[in-house]
Amino acid sequence: MAQAVVVDGVTKTFKLANHKTMKKLVVNAAKRRPLSRSFTALEDVSFTLDQGESIGLMGLNGSGKSTLLKLISGVMSPDFGQVLTRGRIAGLIEVGAGFHPDLTGRENIYLNGAILGMSETEIDNKFDLILGFSEMEKFLDSEVRHYSSGQFMRLAFAVAVHTDCDIFLIDEVLAVGDQPFRKKCMKRILELKAEGRTMVFVSHNAKQVLRICERGLVLDAGRVVFEGSAADAVKTIKYDITDEDED
Amino acid sequence: MSTSVAADSHPLGPLQNPGRVGGLTDVFRRRYLLKLLVRKELRVRYQGSVIGFAWSYVKPAVRFLMYYFIIGLILGPRSLENRALHIFAGMIMVSFFTNALTAGTKSVVKNKSLVRKINLPREMFPVASIMVSAYHMVPMYVIMLFGCLLTGWQPDFGAFVAGVMALAVVLTWGLGVALLLSALNVFFRDMSNIVDVVQTVITWTVPMIYPFGIIADRFRETNQVIYELYLSSPLCIAVLLNDRAFWVPSVERPQVALSEELPAYLFQRGLLMIVLGLVFVWIAQAVFARLESRFAEKV
Repeated sequence: MAQAVVVDGVTKTFKLANHKTMKKLVVNAAKRRPLSRSFTALEDVSFTLDQGESIGLMGLNGSGKSTLLKLISGVMSPDFGQVLTRGRIAGLIEVGAGFHPDLTGRENIYLNGAILGMSETEIDNKFDLILGFSEMEKFLDSEVRHYSSGQFMRLAFAVAVHTDCDIFLIDEVLAVGDQPFRKKCMKRILELKAEGRTMVFVSHNAKQVLRICERGLVLDAGRVVFEGSAADAVKTIKYDITDEDED
Repeated sequence: MSTSVAADSHPLGPLQNPGRVGGLTDVFRRRYLLKLLVRKELRVRYQGSVIGFAWSYVKPAVRFLMYYFIIGLILGPRSLENRALHIFAGMIMVSFFTNALTAGTKSVVKNKSLVRKINLPREMFPVASIMVSAYHMVPMYVIMLFGCLLTGWQPDFGAFVAGVMALAVVLTWGLGVALLLSALNVFFRDMSNIVDVVQTVITWTVPMIYPFGIIADRFRETNQVIYELYLSSPLCIAVLLNDRAFWVPSVERPQVALSEELPAYLFQRGLLMIVLGLVFVWIAQAVFARLESRFAEKV
């Protein structure tokens, strides 16, 4: 199998500037105060993923999972090391990012589809599938501002899981919606997996990780502390498998 | 795991950096998204306001009336044939450019939720905002053409060339400025205040409210430096070209207007400004691409 994702010795440091304006920059420079503080979000992280493989990223809040996803999606670039990917990537990272409250559901499907890299014909062809998946037919032509947050996420998720991508990056999105919809999402993700898509999955839910991923990676304060099978990763981080959620 | 040779001939293409930047070519490649973003912007800009889209015209209309009555008729530097048309031809250029400046500067920061989470060519945002500003010029051109017809406008070939060149000057410089300032605004939020200052400077340093003849009489013979400095502003050249296109062919003696109210070598100056504008876009894009890699964490 060919590699789909290569993360090689990646370090990412955030500079938190002590200035937001030019004035403060000048004042700080004049007073010889430090111009910024830095914070290492990821340190020397490496792993590779073959095409069709799924990996679960685990770790406590602030351990660097989301930063790693953003580096893979290309939204951010690493300070050291390199990230390489093959094929189209879809980030199910805060899926509603491209939605505009003043546009209707229909307009938002098109806008968000285009943002995620779909062409007009591609969206036309998948429109019914997306709509069916979201079960939002009744509200299609009303403005999204009138949607409930659950309805909003349904539509956003429906668009995202119908992009024709080779690599899916999934960040906590399965925590949204009511239980029937969550089941449907899980089913769709397993379908995508069966089609041979590569997946990087971030979740605190051990059960979901075990269902979707065969591999696991545990991060702690920006470093890889475990890499191996998903089952061992879950043990490493001591997530309780009997915890909540019953999908 | 396959060898690198096999990997390179993979149907999904080679392994590559997901964050690579294609710049303005990527924007063109994804023009469907660009179209939707422009449409969204047009739909959303005046949502919830009573007279909606009309605000785009009320503001310049009021400005126009102020210039015309206060500066033109009351303070009146001197009589000028078809003064209204002269002001209007300049105002189209100036209001497009200031619009491009203010909206363009904010364009990236305003879309921060997309910038932070989704990998798309970020040049998209300043380009879309320029297109929205350009869209707002269309009705102004229509109004101006009506004015032209009322005053007996008789365009020659030079008028058409000048009109097209004027547009090319403001579009290239507008795009360059929007690219550059939208990127800088991510790091220094002072930009929008600087833009306000620039806007005031622009309004008074182009021959819109007053005719160019005043500047020529005052400085052409006596102070070449100030004269050329005045003409070194791309917006000034755009305004003069637009005067050449719409105002000159409307007056009784165009030849006199040409020699008294326009500088020598106007077309050469226009061409130079377009070339410099393209160079500026290229530089602005390079700066944008350079800064873009840190947008997601700074915006």
